[in-house]
Amino acid sequence: MSFNIIVCVKQVPDSDKVKIDSKTGSLIRKGVPGILNSDDRNALEAALAIRDNFENVHITAVTMGPPASREVLFEAIAKGADEGILINDIALANSDTFVTSTVLEKAITKWASLKGGYNLIIAGRESSDGNTAQVGPQLAEKLGIPQITYVSDLDVSEDMSIISAVRRLDGSTENIEADLPCLITVTKYLNTPRYPKMCNIFGDKNIVEWNAASLGLASDSIGLEGSESVVISTFAIKNESVGTFIEGQNGTEQAINLLSELHRTRVI
Amino acid sequence: MNSETHRDLWVFIEQTDGNIAPVSAQLLAEGARLVKDMSEEAQLCGIIAGNENDVALASKDTIAYGASKVYTVTDPNLKNYTTDGYTIAVTAAIREHKPDILLYGVTPMGRDLAPRVAARMGLGLTADCTRLDIKASDYLEFARTETTMDTSSINLDDVHLKQTKPSFGGKLMATMICPNSRPQMATVRAGLWDTPEADYDRTGEIIPVDVTINEEDIRVRIKSHQAEIKSDLSLADADIIVAGGRGLGSKEGFDLLRQLADKVGGVVAASGSAVDAGWIEEEFMIGQTGTIVKPRLYIACGISGSIQHIAGMEKSDTIIAINTDPDVPIFEIADYCIVGNLYEVVPALIEHWDEFKSNI
Repeated sequence: MSFNIIVCVKQVPDSDKVKIDSKTGSLIRKGVPGILNSDDRNALEAALAIRDNFENVHITAVTMGPPASREVLFEAIAKGADEGILINDIALANSDTFVTSTVLEKAITKWASLKGGYNLIIAGRESSDGNTAQVGPQLAEKLGIPQITYVSDLDVSEDMSIISAVRRLDGSTENIEADLPCLITVTKYLNTPRYPKMCNIFGDKNIVEWNAASLGLASDSIGLEGSESVVISTFAIKNESVGTFIEGQNGTEQAINLLSELHRTRVI
Repeated sequence: MNSETHRDLWVFIEQTDGNIAPVSAQLLAEGARLVKDMSEEAQLCGIIAGNENDVALASKDTIAYGASKVYTVTDPNLKNYTTDGYTIAVTAAIREHKPDILLYGVTPMGRDLAPRVAARMGLGLTADCTRLDIKASDYLEFARTETTMDTSSINLDDVHLKQTKPSFGGKLMATMICPNSRPQMATVRAGLWDTPEADYDRTGEIIPVDVTINEEDIRVRIKSHQAEIKSDLSLADADIIVAGGRGLGSKEGFDLLRQLADKVGGVVAASGSAVDAGWIEEEFMIGQTGTIVKPRLYIACGISGSIQHIAGMEKSDTIIAINTDPDVPIFEIADYCIVGNLYEVVPALIEHWDEFKSNI
């Protein structure tokens, strides 16, 4: 069997371009491009780097999302992934991380039963839209495999049976290893993602599409109905100006006027 | 689910060598407020896992910070945090003692453990909360005064834990509830509440949970752990913060900010843009996805003030913003605004600081 790596990817709105309708507190998605989530680029690069160093490595990118999510699978294939799985079903809309991880688990288990199993699952640490960092650990739990989160350095043993990693935590690092199969979530410190190759752009025929029924998911176990966490409201925070503008002919005068004001108000 | 048997509010106490994380103490402070809005019998409790010695030390602090009860799971195999060991420990305690709410800090440990526990037990979990309400009237007040929300949809009889969190890097806020499962679980940001005063005269009950963690339960091997060399002062504890953004224009701009920080006895920090530009490490990032701070004085230099950044520093006592563009959002929240060139203003601040500083 080849050494099978599954990379979990997500299409997210480009958060630099996202705007909020301040009246309704809702997201204006119109005209906002969908991009491959930042940490997922590092996840994909990690898989490609392993393939650069070993024989017989097979890389599958998997995503759950609307039809447009196919774009991030194209991108993964253009960068060198062998194939993509799109899990698309309108019934999956509004799924929380609990449901999302169940859906990914079913897809990966199905894929493994067709292809003979997986050795390593790589996900980004978190998505730039939800920032939960929950799907990776929840998926590992549902697959019944160990997890290593916050990975900033990575090594696969010569015999491809053990993964050793450095976890970059708040103010410390941890060196850790686990027998494969294992799930890791990676940070941007792990690597620098490569650019896509134009010769790989005929990716469409390497993408399979599954839906809830093909994964054996009952309608009451997915979407809003299957979710354990429910959104009751979305909104924006009000902003009101309160500040004093400090005048001055030049930077030095402004600085002195500021210091004088800070002193007067006993801030310093 | 039977909510009658799920009564108490628990805080997961993160400890290393018996020292509890500041966020755990802060959550005990917030928990003490929330528990008053729960049933009369509800108590504030800590849940601690570790080896015997560390758990004993951390339990004392947990009670001193306000917990009435501490559930403890002790085993030599829990000396170091591992996902597997701690998940067994925490799920066993939940199954036996059935809390109504369980809060974790947003730390690498909390974010590694909480989703694993949630997946194992089929529980709802809200990530990265910045506000918690039980009383619907408190939530309504917040919605009316601080947000754009249409408050007519708020159900005043709602008794769920209302977990408010940012999404899209803070551009949008969402409030979630976990209606179907108990405990209701959330990871909560550090720095939102002050660390309470420890009172070692307080008493509390310590309740051991009987679980054995076998070596083979733990499927990872920790080889070593190194503390990184960090800046001498941590951001969360800093009295004065000098922060730089994209307007610095280069990595070298931080050298100037370090001089100002040294002069005023503060520390340097950064916006996400400066981190993304590669001028400074992620550890220095202030914001919704970085560190949340509330120093006495925050000096924002060349920071435009994305919502994600503002969410991390708006609670600072006094905010000074220096920017060449008069229309940047940071000026909407700053107490003192300077429209000008930071490369002129900051050197002058360094030069004249001592003349104005009180000798107190």
